[in-house]
Amino acid sequence: METKRQYEVVFIVDPTADEEVPRLTESFSQIVTDQGGVVTKAETMGKRQLAYEILHHKDGTFVLLEIEGSGREIAELERRMRVNDRVLRYITVRVDEDRRRAEKLKDRRARKVAKRPSSQGSQPRRGSTMEFAEAAGE
Amino acid sequence: MSSNYEDRMRGGGGYNGDDDDRRPMGGRAGARRMHRRRVCRFCIDKVDLIDFKDVRLLQNYLPERGKILPRRISGNCATHQRMLAEAIKRARNIALLPYTTD
Repeated sequence: METKRQYEVVFIVDPTADEEVPRLTESFSQIVTDQGGVVTKAETMGKRQLAYEILHHKDGTFVLLEIEGSGREIAELERRMRVNDRVLRYITVRVDEDRRRAEKLKDRRARKVAKRPSSQGSQPRRGSTMEFAEAAGE
Repeated sequence: MSSNYEDRMRGGGGYNGDDDDRRPMGGRAGARRMHRRRVCRFCIDKVDLIDFKDVRLLQNYLPERGKILPRRISGNCATHQRMLAEAIKRARNIALLPYTTD
């Protein structure tokens, strides 16, 4: 099959159900693995204030899951989160494409840097070739 | 220098055909725009990815009212402004940042 997709899922848990957070995280991770996905990271970002009220809650516990898979497990996970009233809100972001793009840009930059000193080395700087030195520097 | 032409065109409402009248107008408009050119902070830091969970960073681009700071103010490049806007919108969605404040 094609390359695995990577997702970041953040969901907010009802602050009055704080002690349920580990259990919820566990059960969501289980759902993902059941569907053939892999949870690469599960992190509780802690309780923090919400920027606006959601269902009359002023704060909530944020949990981050990083998931690798085909996309089917995301559908199931989102369905479950929608149904669960402990989850105030969730967001899923596909990150593999952006990460790959970032990697590419980084590579290109690294190559550029690697190329620069060698071009200067072949053209030793002299007073008469100021224009050359300037061109190589930029 | 190149903006001089543009300034003259914009200030051309009172154009009366007199060449000497036009030149000082363009000069004044040019002087008014002597702002130091701002550069994209993300480009300087070589940022390739803007994370929507990085509230500290994103908050710098949300003034009082909670609107996204336009790039004519921040000086961001188009690419990074796009990434930033996307990140802010995601952060708003999960209540990390406000849609509005008053």
